[in-house]
Amino acid sequence: MYLKPRRAPAPDRTPETAAYWDAARDGRLLLRGCRACGQVHHYPRTLCPFCFSADTEWRVASGRGTIYSYSVMHRAAEPYAVAYVRLDEGVTVMTNLVACEADEIRIDGAVHVVFHPSEGGDPIPMFTPLRPPG
Amino acid sequence: MAAGRSGAGGAYVMGVFEHPTRKAVDRSIGQLHAESAQAALADAGLTRDDVDGYFCAGDAPGLGPLSLVDYMGLKVRHMDSTETGGTSYLMHVDHAAQAIAAGKCSVALITLGGRPRALGMATGTAPRVYSADAPDVPFEFPYGFTTANLYAMVARRHMHAFGTTSAQLAWVKVAASHHAQHNPHALLKDVVTVEDVLASPLIADPLHRLDCCVITDGGGAIVVTAPEVAKSLNRPKVRLRGAGAAAKTPDGGRLDLTYSAVAQSGRRAFEEAGVTPADIKYASIYDSFTITVLMQLEDLGFCAKGEGGRFVADGNLISGVGRLPVNTDGGGLCNNHPANRGGVTKVIEAVRQLRGEAHPRVQVPGCDLALVSGIGGQLGSRHGGATVILERE
Ligand SMILES: [Zn+2]
Repeated sequence: MYLKPRRAPAPDRTPETAAYWDAARDGRLLLRGCRACGQVHHYPRTLCPFCFSADTEWRVASGRGTIYSYSVMHRAAEPYAVAYVRLDEGVTVMTNLVACEADEIRIDGAVHVVFHPSEGGDPIPMFTPLRPPG
Repeated sequence: MAAGRSGAGGAYVMGVFEHPTRKAVDRSIGQLHAESAQAALADAGLTRDDVDGYFCAGDAPGLGPLSLVDYMGLKVRHMDSTETGGTSYLMHVDHAAQAIAAGKCSVALITLGGRPRALGMATGTAPRVYSADAPDVPFEFPYGFTTANLYAMVARRHMHAFGTTSAQLAWVKVAASHHAQHNPHALLKDVVTVEDVLASPLIADPLHRLDCCVITDGGGAIVVTAPEVAKSLNRPKVRLRGAGAAAKTPDGGRLDLTYSAVAQSGRRAFEEAGVTPADIKYASIYDSFTITVLMQLEDLGFCAKGEGGRFVADGNLISGVGRLPVNTDGGGLCNNHPANRGGVTKVIEAVRQLRGEAHPRVQVPGCDLALVSGIGGQLGSRHGGATVILERE
């Protein structure tokens, strides 16, 4: 079963996270990092959820990670895969796995970010299996 | 005085009622709450005018306690609307006991009511937002996560980490169906096999249709009283011996799906009660999905982490057959999941067992200590865990 990129509903832009969506338009995945404790988190907050410092900043993520868990939604007009991807930076993000066969998906499999348009809003980061060149 | 929870002699669950309807096309939400309240109070031997504390959660319409205090004509001096999804009502039992111990009320009424079946709601299979301005929504909702997916991903990770199989998960449903055949009110009364579960359509891979709880309308109510009120009533006394609550979240991206909030709520409840899993005669374990039960049994310490699949297999949860009778009313998987919230029915069946009023075919002999545990919200992301230990005095 081939999993086409989903046309996702548009995310709500808020002043707190507008930069995340601006970067998505440029094809960059951002994470929020904390200067006080040195850790990155997701979803992004102004106050670090680990040490509660307000000394946080945007950092560009590698866009690479591995699949932590996933589930193909069969009760839908077109089946789609939801997943948790553990980024190389150490944080786990909710996402969709797209542009792949369902039986290509496996836990711990390597993936990389791809951006897909939403319904009239900013593009959404999704992930697809990392295939060896050639 | 018995061991366990201290504080002014504790509190007692003296009245319970599970509304018999499973599809309420001809009833309002207020009516489901009120009919359940009336019957639970009658069960205790109390009346509406004895109630001085009222508890409800997110299923309550309008301004929650205010709307329903108004509808039912209650005169209360204490209110609580703690909302953690389907586990809210377990926390309400704990909070009612705390309020009673603090002298804030002496007869606490907890109610639930809802009609998702009449409304044709796709409870588990349509993406849901509880509030569009929750800070997580822009980073989660666009991906189309359904409730079923958020439990399925826990099952998938458990299979990967511990070798758990779909056939083992199916045993949770098989046990529920064995109990439900004796419950005339159960939505699904037919006994099913492991093969039936595995042959049912995949909903959210790896969970099948029969791994998912039913969608039902209905209601329920619980009456918790002070010791002096309990003493005056001609009903078996069920005492709250210990309780614990916890929240678990994706934690800024440090997600770990191999345990649930019940790991903490259970430990706190056992500590307060001064008992261990081996002492428990009957357990109501919230069964929104089969994986929900397996995770809690491990996190409560009924078996080691990773052993849940083997623990639930071969009928081990069937009353009279296995080591731990679980959800002898047929649970959410077969009997009832009113208003998409299973906490009230879990308390009610535990009270039936402790009173010796469960169906004779599923009644646990000499049942004097029962555990009630639940996970509300989404097991695969943010959820509340609550555990209550009840004792027949
Ligand atoms: Zn920090």
